[in-house]
Amino acid sequence: MALTEEVDTTRQYEIPEGVLLEFRLAGPLVRASAWAIDAAIRAVLYIVIGLSFSYFGGVGVAIILIALFLIEWFYPVLFEVKSGATPGKKAMGIWVIHDNGTPVTVSASVIRNLLRAVDFMPVMYGFGLLSMLFNREFKRLGDLAAGTLVVYRDNYEKRSELPSRTAERPGVELTESEQQAVLAFAERAPGLSSERRVELAEILNEISGHKGERAVDGIYGYANWLMKGR
Amino acid sequence: MRQEQFEQVYRPLWDELGALLDEMELPRSKRNPDKTRAAAFPTLYRQVCSHYALARSRRFSPALLELLHHLVLRGHRRLYRQRGAWLWRTLDFIGGGFPRALRCHRGYFLLALTSFLLPALLLGLACYVDPDMIYSLMDEQQVAEMESMYDPAGRHPGRSEARSSETDFMMFGFYIFNNIGIGFRTFAGGMLLGVGSLFMLLFNGLVLGGVAGHLTRLGYHDTFWPFVSGHGAFELTAIVICGAAGLMLGHALLAPGQRKRIPALKAAAAEALKLVLGAALMLLAAAFVEAFWSSSTLDAAIKYGVAVLLWALVVFYLVFVGRSRHGSL
Repeated sequence: MALTEEVDTTRQYEIPEGVLLEFRLAGPLVRASAWAIDAAIRAVLYIVIGLSFSYFGGVGVAIILIALFLIEWFYPVLFEVKSGATPGKKAMGIWVIHDNGTPVTVSASVIRNLLRAVDFMPVMYGFGLLSMLFNREFKRLGDLAAGTLVVYRDNYEKRSELPSRTAERPGVELTESEQQAVLAFAERAPGLSSERRVELAEILNEISGHKGERAVDGIYGYANWLMKGR
Repeated sequence: MRQEQFEQVYRPLWDELGALLDEMELPRSKRNPDKTRAAAFPTLYRQVCSHYALARSRRFSPALLELLHHLVLRGHRRLYRQRGAWLWRTLDFIGGGFPRALRCHRGYFLLALTSFLLPALLLGLACYVDPDMIYSLMDEQQVAEMESMYDPAGRHPGRSEARSSETDFMMFGFYIFNNIGIGFRTFAGGMLLGVGSLFMLLFNGLVLGGVAGHLTRLGYHDTFWPFVSGHGAFELTAIVICGAAGLMLGHALLAPGQRKRIPALKAAAAEALKLVLGAALMLLAAAFVEAFWSSSTLDAAIKYGVAVLLWALVVFYLVFVGRSRHGSL
């Protein structure tokens, strides 16, 4: 746990209920990809609006210019307030939240998107990228001022079940982190290839004395003992 | 209690919270009011929070921790979200929130006003006295264009009677796109330690002052001043307000005071946003006046009269609206 906190791009926040929430931060590359998708969508919008209203004379030009203004400044605000993510961010599986993990509000979204004008300077998000690289949370300038984070959407898949075996007490006393490792292996192993499973399980050869699939079953046995007792 | 037993005892609660959250996360129109047992939600959520804390401290398996973490995450988002009474808050903002915020930060406003007005007056005077002064600011072509635009001979269609209502609409769109954009950029420039906002204020002050001085010297005052005096009440004030908002950001970054720099910036940005949004509304009004009123070819006396009214309106709004009977702001 201690190591991953230092290495991983996660951020923890203690909620009022006294427990820690963990967010996985989105880095510059995934955010740039999301931006590129949004830029493409906006380009299409510009073309469609530009072509369809160009036949309506002065009023048409007025509508085009107002639409241009709204899309340039408020396209991200609209989507972020509605669902937390622009179509590009949604496609990349990320969204915008407050520092405290709550859904982003109108004012925070407006601040971060108005300040996009500075993040974009001097060319192609130069300042934004610098800012992201100089703080732990990948915040561009707009995020710093608005107090927002861009994180991965926590898509929870169905829980993997522990393979059931006869509980077996490990031959040595396991530390807490070792217990966690055993449990993590047992829960994730069904998703691994059998070769990889065996390869990992044989690391404990000295304790279990088993080889091959027997070693895997041995660890399942330890996990069952940890979870269910005798 | 071993993990297996723990799960057996509490799983019904987790499933219940999961189902409740599924329901609450639907759009309002699709929710089934019978299933949305909102009153039960906070208690249920806090129970699951303590289960998560227990599971963590007892080192239960990662998959179980993940399940509980996900429930807590969703519950947290739901319980602590801020709901906006949109329309009401907007009306309250226009009807007092904005002028109050501005008066609260009038120091920044005065600084921004000085940064804008001083160069405008100085260069305006210089251009009024010296015919060549304007070329220190613009090149020959720009000056020629600007001169022909306000030429009283009126050969140019831009400000003459030939201007149709179509053009008015077009210019309305343009003023929104251009002027509100400038306002937003003036604010955003504050993020560069305030320098960006200061630059925008000085630059716009120099250009507007220079143009005004130059055209007055040429004797074009009857076309220039009646045109700009009306919408200037909203437009110039709003640009200065945007600059003030930017200066707030710059101040927080340069001298955060008792706070750390980033929290100071966050607090300043939340306040500055009020000024920017108010200024954006003013720029919207300015675009309307500029496109449909300023361009009209009515008698100069009428336009000056309306301009005085509009300035009085802006000053009254910013100075007096939103004061409570007891408060000082």
